[in-house]
Amino acid sequence: MLLKDNQTKASFVQGNTACAQAALDAGVRFFAGYPITPSSEIAEILSRKLPMLGGKFIQMEDEIASMGAILGASLTGKKVLTSTSGPGFSLKQELIGFASLCEIPCVIVNVQRGGPSTGLPTSPAQGDVMQSRWGTHGDHPIIVLSPSTVKETYDLTVRAFNLTESLRVPVILLSDEITGHIHEKIEFPDKNKLKLLSRPKAVKNPGKKYLPFAVSKPEEVPRVANFGEGFRFNVTGLLHNDDGFPMNLPEKNEFLLTRLHKKITSRIRELCTFVSIYLNDSETIIFSYGSTSRSCFQAAKIARSKGSKVGAISIKTLWPFPDFLIQELASCVKRVVVCEMNMGQIVHEVQRASDGRFKIEKVNSISGSMITPGEILDKIL
Amino acid sequence: MLEQIKKYLRIDKFPHIWCYGCGDGIILQAFVRAIASLGLSQDEVVVVSGIGCSSRAVGYLDFDTLHTAHGRALPFATGIKMAKPELTVTIVAGDGDIFAIGGNHFIHAARRNIDITVVLFNNATYGMTGGQYSPTTRQDDIATTAPYGHIERPFDICGLAKAAGATFVARSSSYHAMALPKLISQGISHHGFSLVEVITGCHVCYGKLNDLSDPVKVLEWQRDHVVNIKQYEALSSKDKEDKMPMGILHQVTRPEYIDEYRKVLERAKT
Ligand SMILES: Cc1ncc(C[n+]2csc(CCOP(=O)(O)OP(=O)(O)O)c2C)c(N)n1
Ligand code: SF4
Repeated sequence: MLLKDNQTKASFVQGNTACAQAALDAGVRFFAGYPITPSSEIAEILSRKLPMLGGKFIQMEDEIASMGAILGASLTGKKVLTSTSGPGFSLKQELIGFASLCEIPCVIVNVQRGGPSTGLPTSPAQGDVMQSRWGTHGDHPIIVLSPSTVKETYDLTVRAFNLTESLRVPVILLSDEITGHIHEKIEFPDKNKLKLLSRPKAVKNPGKKYLPFAVSKPEEVPRVANFGEGFRFNVTGLLHNDDGFPMNLPEKNEFLLTRLHKKITSRIRELCTFVSIYLNDSETIIFSYGSTSRSCFQAAKIARSKGSKVGAISIKTLWPFPDFLIQELASCVKRVVVCEMNMGQIVHEVQRASDGRFKIEKVNSISGSMITPGEILDKIL
Repeated sequence: MLEQIKKYLRIDKFPHIWCYGCGDGIILQAFVRAIASLGLSQDEVVVVSGIGCSSRAVGYLDFDTLHTAHGRALPFATGIKMAKPELTVTIVAGDGDIFAIGGNHFIHAARRNIDITVVLFNNATYGMTGGQYSPTTRQDDIATTAPYGHIERPFDICGLAKAAGATFVARSSSYHAMALPKLISQGISHHGFSLVEVITGCHVCYGKLNDLSDPVKVLEWQRDHVVNIKQYEALSSKDKEDKMPMGILHQVTRPEYIDEYRKVLERAKT
């Protein structure tokens, strides 16, 4: 069920529906995709809803084409979305790199299922954490958000659009089969009250050559124009000058790649969000993201009820990884238990950021089933 | 005329990267002449390409231009055309680019009959990577990856486009430089998916392996093998074997994708 305009009543929907609704509320006007479980509901909903708003939907011949189509549409100024799962996410990688380098706003939803290959359709997993960071070749900037609940799926989808539009960095919403398919009560916000961000506008300076990728400070977001508005500029997947044309000069190559990364590294604290409980006096912290956080918070509550000093953190931004969060944990923390539905991916980041300050333990599941609070309690109590 | 076409070129980006004698420049020139003859404004045309020597043409064209990834021009162009249908969306592509790695996108774009014009620079090889065989390399020819002779049959590009659903299919060559702009402009004017195949050559990589390292010989080869459709029809089936017809080979009217999508928008409103 999707909302009528200006309706804010509580609904009982699945995460994928909340994602589609949030995209619409955030102003998405173009979607291209290729069917794959457990993400197809997003495409199905948008194929019905987008045309009602004058938006466009197309089912392309594969995920590579879907990715290309949304980037083409984004270059004309539209807010764009694609959604997929494991195998399709692999196919999207090449053009995710194109979006990173050419600074083309786009949101990519990956509702994770078990892998590798065709893997486990359709059981949950969190095996694409590293792929979401490093899936495309080359040193590229990327932002990855991961929701644990239906409500968070809504909020983070809106945030994904705001981040990709304002920073011109591709944003991946890394959901999973549980968060995508679970039905929960959600109070949809009034879409007219959402704070929406848009791209920095290009300005014509009569008599001056338009430089689409020029910035005055390295962390600034360039004012790239939209196609069809008379700026007549070039976009290329080759390393390019601020005029958008290919170049290969060592110092300029380095400047471009550094600049792309500074858009993120200069904004780490505003980009990285998380939720936590019992952080003040905890000796053990259960660390997680995505649907696994549901069990982790439950486990922390049960442990507390038994008198153990246990807290929990669920990060909502996986990439950039919030090093500061680990570094600033109180001195009473003795160990961090990282729970993930994979063989251990984000745990390496926690380990690195902790710099040996506390013990790191892991709870993992690769069976296609969720980690239960009991499994976590067995480990920590 | 020269002044008229100059405005469509990014003169400050010359000299171009192509080898002296390469046919790509001839096709670039024909492309801008076609645009000029249609009187299109620079601000209403978008040119999209993939990766290859031919795909670098976009850098010299003063429009909104998009140099995408290898084989992916059509998906990007589809997104642009759907999002801003008022734009004239064109593609310049190599045979490897749009018929090997991008072949799937090609047949589906043709099937949709979306109003995009593809100008194919068919040099029967991968020029940019040094002369490996492509989907249009002729059987028995030598390529850097077919040192014992190529054993595969080449695509009949125009036949493929027609079968896939393109509603305008034409062929010419870089030798027929004077006739080429008209054919490209007819492709752009056609409402639907258009393919203009331009037979050209790569004397540097492919030519040197196949006794065609002289660019003049490459053009002569085109003169002798790409013949007017009327002349072609009159040939015996044996003589037809090593000849290719030139001109508009197929043109029909069929519902165009953007028009059909407008109907979807109308239906969704009610
Ligand atoms: C995914 C990918 N694979 C391979 C390449 C390497 N590559 C660059 S150009 C090219 C072939 C170009 O041939 P064609 O499209 O026929 O154009 P030409 O250079 O002959 O004009 C290849 C294989 C690439 N850039 N990307
Ligand atoms: S390598 Fe071949 S196709 Fe490329 S520019 Fe040179 S002659 Fe032309």
